[in-house]
Amino acid sequence: MGEEGESRPPSEKVPLEKVNDYTWRIPKYKPGMRVPGIVFANKELLEKMQTDRTLEQCANVAHLPGIYKYSITLPDGHEGYGFPIGGVAATDYEEGVISPGGVGYDINCGVRLLITNMMVQDIKPKLVELANAIFDNVPCGLGSRRKDFKVTIHDLDRLVMEGVQWAIDQGLGWDEDAEHCEERGCMKNANPDKVSTNAKNRGLTQIGTLGSGNHFLEIQKVDKIYDEKTAKAFGVEHEGQITVMIHCGSRGYGHQICSDYLRVMERAVHKYKIVLPDRELACAPGTSNEAEDYYEAMACAVNYAFVNRQAIMHWVRQSFQQVFKQDPEKFGLKLLYDVAHNIAKIETHRVNGEQKKVWVHRKGATRAFPPEHPEIPTDYRSLGQPVIIPGSMGTSSWLLVGTLKAMEISFGSTAHGAGRMLSRAAAKRRFFGGDVRRSLEQRGIAVRAASAVVLAEEADPAYKNVDIVADVSHKVGIATKVARLVPLAVVKG
Amino acid sequence: MERKKGYTFLEHTADAYIAAYGKDLAEAFENAAVAMFDVMTTVEKVSPQVEDSVEVSGEDEHALLYNWLEELLVKAEVEGMLYSKFKILELTRDNGAFRLKARIWGEKFSPEKHVQKVGVKAITYHQMEIIRDKDKATVKFILDI
Repeated sequence: MGEEGESRPPSEKVPLEKVNDYTWRIPKYKPGMRVPGIVFANKELLEKMQTDRTLEQCANVAHLPGIYKYSITLPDGHEGYGFPIGGVAATDYEEGVISPGGVGYDINCGVRLLITNMMVQDIKPKLVELANAIFDNVPCGLGSRRKDFKVTIHDLDRLVMEGVQWAIDQGLGWDEDAEHCEERGCMKNANPDKVSTNAKNRGLTQIGTLGSGNHFLEIQKVDKIYDEKTAKAFGVEHEGQITVMIHCGSRGYGHQICSDYLRVMERAVHKYKIVLPDRELACAPGTSNEAEDYYEAMACAVNYAFVNRQAIMHWVRQSFQQVFKQDPEKFGLKLLYDVAHNIAKIETHRVNGEQKKVWVHRKGATRAFPPEHPEIPTDYRSLGQPVIIPGSMGTSSWLLVGTLKAMEISFGSTAHGAGRMLSRAAAKRRFFGGDVRRSLEQRGIAVRAASAVVLAEEADPAYKNVDIVADVSHKVGIATKVARLVPLAVVKG
Repeated sequence: MERKKGYTFLEHTADAYIAAYGKDLAEAFENAAVAMFDVMTTVEKVSPQVEDSVEVSGEDEHALLYNWLEELLVKAEVEGMLYSKFKILELTRDNGAFRLKARIWGEKFSPEKHVQKVGVKAITYHQMEIIRDKDKATVKFILDI
């Protein structure tokens, strides 16, 4: 174990064929591969993927029964469990399988972006006060929660069935918020009877909390607009305009649902005699009871995460009100969009000239639907779906827009973030929480964090450059650049 | 490499990869539990004031380790506790099922007293290993964080 090196089973040599500067093909080099792999990356990102098991995992996913076209690895792809993180796999609805590993532990880990009508100069004098107010109002880090927001187990079952609308009905939000969420903030097939008591108990203590690790909340400014027409339609009118980004997921509720169903799927693999190259690809046939149970439980976690972000957004609006002593509506603070990064969906895609009903697994991937798609809110429909890609702490984040190209080549998906470069242990050896805080503050970024350890582990050099990830997405055409956002204040667990 | 008493944090890009040691499997399991709480907090600052007991079973030793850690994680989250001391009283195999009984000690989480590190999302089977030598046992596992 070298000081900088990563100790892990060395990746087998994965053959690659260059398609163009940003597209690489993994041929069917293993007998069990049903389709090839496709990697969207530039040379630099590809070389990083070759240092761990990302490409091997991409090839392993290509073994899934019923998989269509190819197993996809996105520019931010890195090694995960079974499935790489930053990947897409679509399988036939009937002949294919659904796999909890293809969604991940943090079901509907995702991001929402609020747009204000304020400019940098409006917010600068009150920035620290605002960051403090948000840090006080939004529970961050281990074990913290709001005393005035407690739900019973009965409420929990209702909120996971009703999604964002439940929160709005409780006074946590505005009527128009639901329309600007993926799935309008609620997957209809959620069934809490399919969720274990352990998951519910974990969920009860953590609803309305940001969590720790890579989750964060940022006050940002629009740094550069790349696509004026689309930006304007999304409410992004000027460089220097203030936005707020919230990045978190379904907390212990979703983690436990994933853990529980990985076990169910392990048994299903034996029951249905599915042959897989890696135990963590465990899955069940799309039409089996196991698949239905997982999909209904997963939907509960998806809705839990939507409600979680909705509640947090409400407390952000309240924080603006506290600090600026005016109604939050006065500052805009509209929900631009809320999008999932870890999810499985039933969708229709064109495969070999035919419309097919498929299970789309997006693990560390953002849906990127094209203009005129019925799933897009009406006010954005002529332009395409907003795609939000958060960077790491202290770096830029991106607003992109979905494209027809994404429907053609990536099952309507693109990248989701930066992706780690350094292990947490290596980051902690190199950086100290206090230094990370000072370096951010020297760049004019206010920081409020529950944990100095998290600050060191999440130091931005520990991540790949999100600008390159957005650039590859843009050049491949699976989501094109609308605007680049940079942080003014970071709130972390 | 960060070396502490009964466990080590190994290199892993995204998550916590832990090796825990003991003179036997029970002690390695105890150290595995300490390591998991060390991911979440400075475990030395958690005083063993409150005693509780835990019983878990699993179809094999891997499942037993998984279920032991998961039980502690869920208990800690649901009850708002942190644990720092673990004593496995029994680790048995009967009729093909592995069981363990343990006593655990900890205290209520308090943001004023306890250092916050990273929350653990889940235990995983990824690269899980249980290695037994004559007078030594090692368990390796990854926590998703």
